[in-house]
Amino acid sequence: MAAELHVALVAADREVWSGQATLVVARTTSGDIGVMPGHQPLLGVLESGPVTIRTNDGGTVIAAVHGGFLSFADDKLSLLAEIAELSDEIDVQRAERALERAKSADDASAERRAEVRLRAVTAR
Amino acid sequence: MGAQLRVYKRRIRSVTATKKITKAMEMIAASRVVKAQRKVAASTPYAAELTRAVTAVGTGSNTKHPLTTKAETVTRSAVLLLTSDRGLAGAFNANSIKIAEQLTARLEREGQEVETYIVGRRGVAHYNFRERRIAESWSGFTDEPSYADAKKVAGPLIEALEKDTAEGGVDELHIVFTEFVSMMTQTALDDRLLPLSLEEVAKEAAPKGEILPLFDFEPSAEDVLDALLPRYVESRIYNALLQSAASKHAATRRAMKSATDNAGELIESLSRLANAARQAEITQEISEIVGGSAALADATAGSDR
Repeated sequence: MAAELHVALVAADREVWSGQATLVVARTTSGDIGVMPGHQPLLGVLESGPVTIRTNDGGTVIAAVHGGFLSFADDKLSLLAEIAELSDEIDVQRAERALERAKSADDASAERRAEVRLRAVTAR
Repeated sequence: MGAQLRVYKRRIRSVTATKKITKAMEMIAASRVVKAQRKVAASTPYAAELTRAVTAVGTGSNTKHPLTTKAETVTRSAVLLLTSDRGLAGAFNANSIKIAEQLTARLEREGQEVETYIVGRRGVAHYNFRERRIAESWSGFTDEPSYADAKKVAGPLIEALEKDTAEGGVDELHIVFTEFVSMMTQTALDDRLLPLSLEEVAKEAAPKGEILPLFDFEPSAEDVLDALLPRYVESRIYNALLQSAASKHAATRRAMKSATDNAGELIESLSRLANAARQAEITQEISEIVGGSAALADATAGSDR
């Protein structure tokens, strides 16, 4: 039995998801990074983007993460995000509306947030 | 009904109405304290992980950052004062304002200029009334602060700290907030938030001297620290906002509880007075009747003869 990753996805105001996983893929400022059990201790800055967590019962959890960090040590991975939403919590219609609104208002960061949300949903 | 009795009855009615209101406010505040406490607890994992990460960077590399470097001579400091938007909370606002003023006086004695940043309408009103300068103020979210609010507050403060002192920046940031110790105890206190001492953070993160592993930084230690420290400050401010909110609700609950108790006592003593007035009235009526009939009896007895 391979070692397991203990993952905690924590937003500023709540713990979004925690559990065991075999692989976590997240986007850092220098590109996508995959973390498996036994990885070297790592501290990285996250870009806003979808985070994919392969749980060890074979399922996949996808979350939209906006800004934050990833820290890994002793097979414990913490994903700290200012805002984090699981893909099944995301309201597609609302995200689409937010995207439209952001596009018309020319708000780049809001547009990016909405896009990330939609990407997380479509990757589900 | 006599005039005296009517006055008492009216006062009892009005105090009863007030008591109902304060009782309702007490119960609302009690439920909000619990909610605010839950929010403090919910934000703890994030704060704990963040502290750990800051410690890891601080101990794992020798990077310098404006937010961690102490100025040699501090010429200007920022004081962030957290008050509430609404009163009816006993000495809650008065206490934190008092602490802020003591801190300001101390800093000014040390020869520093003090810039005041205020959260909450109460603090703003206090400073405006005394025509003191406020660098920046925020209000409207003190009952239920969100992380976005903390970010809004932290932004200008971090900016001011990163600016050169000569260009109007500040060297130190102090925060005055009310710590939620328990339902009965809340203490207003001041704390130096920035520049951050990494040793202190490390002590907080690993009090047992736990050794952190050597981390790989992605993309680099500087960049990680750059991104990490503002988040850490935000999370500290968020925590202070949440604690202040919980303390405010606890103070409101206590103030409203004593108001309710006082109203109860007032109703009791007014009822006593009203009863006495009613008795006096009855006694007077009886003696009038008795006196009247006696006079009548005397008069008829006299005419009979």
